[in-house]
Amino acid sequence: MSNLLILPILIPLFAGIFLIFIKNVNFQRWLSVISSVATIIASVALVQTVRNKGVQTLDVSSWEAPFGITLVSDMFSALLVLTTSVIALACLIYSFHSIGKEREKFYYYSVFQFLIVGVNGAFTTGDIFNLFVFFEVMLMSSYVLLVLGGTKIQLRESIKYILVNVISSALFVITVAYLYSVVGTLNMAHISERIQLAGQPGILTVIAVMFLIVFGLKGAIFPLYFWLPGSYYAPPAPVMALFGALLTKVGVYSITRTFTLFFYHDQGFTHQLISVLAMLTIIVGVIGAIAYWDVKKIIIYNIIVAVGVILFGISVMTPDSLTGSVFYLIHDMLIKAALFLLVGIVIRITGTSNLKQVSGLIKNYPGVAWTFFIAAIALAGVPPLSGFVGKLLIIRGGFEQGQFIGAAIVLMSSLLVLFSVMKIFINGFWGTPRSYEGEAGVPVKWLLLSPALLVGLSVLYGLGSEAIYPYITQASETLVNPAIYIDAVLKE
Amino acid sequence: MKTNDVILQTVTKITLFIIILFSIHLFFAGHYYPGGGFIGGLMTSGAIVLLLLAYDMKTVANILPIDYKYMIGVGLLFSVGTGAGALLFDAPFLTHAHSHVLLPLLGDTALHTAVLFDTGVYLVVIGVTMTIIQTIGEDE
Repeated sequence: MSNLLILPILIPLFAGIFLIFIKNVNFQRWLSVISSVATIIASVALVQTVRNKGVQTLDVSSWEAPFGITLVSDMFSALLVLTTSVIALACLIYSFHSIGKEREKFYYYSVFQFLIVGVNGAFTTGDIFNLFVFFEVMLMSSYVLLVLGGTKIQLRESIKYILVNVISSALFVITVAYLYSVVGTLNMAHISERIQLAGQPGILTVIAVMFLIVFGLKGAIFPLYFWLPGSYYAPPAPVMALFGALLTKVGVYSITRTFTLFFYHDQGFTHQLISVLAMLTIIVGVIGAIAYWDVKKIIIYNIIVAVGVILFGISVMTPDSLTGSVFYLIHDMLIKAALFLLVGIVIRITGTSNLKQVSGLIKNYPGVAWTFFIAAIALAGVPPLSGFVGKLLIIRGGFEQGQFIGAAIVLMSSLLVLFSVMKIFINGFWGTPRSYEGEAGVPVKWLLLSPALLVGLSVLYGLGSEAIYPYITQASETLVNPAIYIDAVLKE
Repeated sequence: MKTNDVILQTVTKITLFIIILFSIHLFFAGHYYPGGGFIGGLMTSGAIVLLLLAYDMKTVANILPIDYKYMIGVGLLFSVGTGAGALLFDAPFLTHAHSHVLLPLLGDTALHTAVLFDTGVYLVVIGVTMTIIQTIGEDE
């Protein structure tokens, strides 16, 4: 069926609409789970179709590209859509026992589904303005999820978050306007073709840097990351996991897409710039990760490190490093969601996020402790686990291109990332057990279900890298050779 | 002291129908002339806001017993449903169909499924505007 690639957008959209009408919380939960499972099934089917038949395109409303909006699913976006759907299901199940009735009654699940619509749409679209629209769908849902509940800290941080994102969205529109006035089209494949014909003169490099600023604001690269630590600190754990796993990654995906599809003709300046910014991003993230004694802050700064690592892989632009970046991106989405959910459990049990007031959790909660341990070493990239292959390929690509400083920074960052998460493990889980107020009422088993699922998937992802590797190389093939993408869309 | 706003209320009663007629005209003219679901919806909610200004919230809720939050949902269902209807015919999402139909009173009429989509937009715009205004208005 030609409409297969729109199903991961359409199913959550319908679910979100129906959830507006439903008052009964139990019914809401069931409907959300059904929709999430259906989305996963549809995206698995999509990945298989792309694997067998190559890049899938859909000309929405039967207008041929480049005149209508085209949705494009290459392996890169199909894999990201699948990962998003899996993370959505995990966060959804986690929400049942942690988000609380008062939030659930006020359209929590509905907005949740709309967020998934935005993220899946941003991954799938083949039109630059449509990408903007899906960004807005995603951001508006994230505003609501951030502020829902209305505690003081949430109100304060959502003001900052909305302010930053409104400015970056305005900048996005301005950038698209510049691009449109230069190339005269909005279809991504067509833009790429026109840029190739023009040979990327100076004005297009300026637009490329503007895109980098816009997506850098969304994806939190240095020096545009300043809003992220505060904003991600405010919402409850499942929302934090959704944000940490999905939102910044959409920015990273957009940078990858634009700089491999549009602006790859004059790499000397733009890719050098990305490379330097990526290194600085890693350094800033690592400094933050080792500086804090707050479990949430440590994981939040680890997001910034990962964004830097992925972008460094993109900036190197060899087949190896791009494959590594795709590999690392998917791993990082899974593991960040798992870590945020685990940190959420720790905070639920202890009632604090201050590491100095927590110790000895492994005595009473061995399941949480060992899941956290596996997630932590997977994050750092210890060999049998999922973080290893991606980082290995990125570093190899870096050395091949003579980018020794960058590759060394990526290597060093692994060590410090490991230090930062082991700090949580050693101080929080080892030591003398304490008792905490209200820990008896926490449904740890239920809450542990989704992070355990994600960590299990990430372990499988690491152990089965041999089996997954063909999919990932197919994903990076389109990035290395944009002609595949253009031919599929414009059908030449 | 209660102010007497009989002039305002009388004028409202008369202008309300003109505004609503104009908004419906804008809505249906959208395909061939400037207008469409968005401006039509805004104009209709403008009429309801005028009603809210002339009377109080309770009276308006009695006249129009509508939960505007559901109206948003219904509108979205109209729009997305029209788009998804194309899936049943194995056409790409949002593919529209149109034809000329001989209706008993109106004669030869051009019908287009884009009108259904626009109806959705119209309802969502009214729903959103009225939800915003009523929520702020009710807030103490």
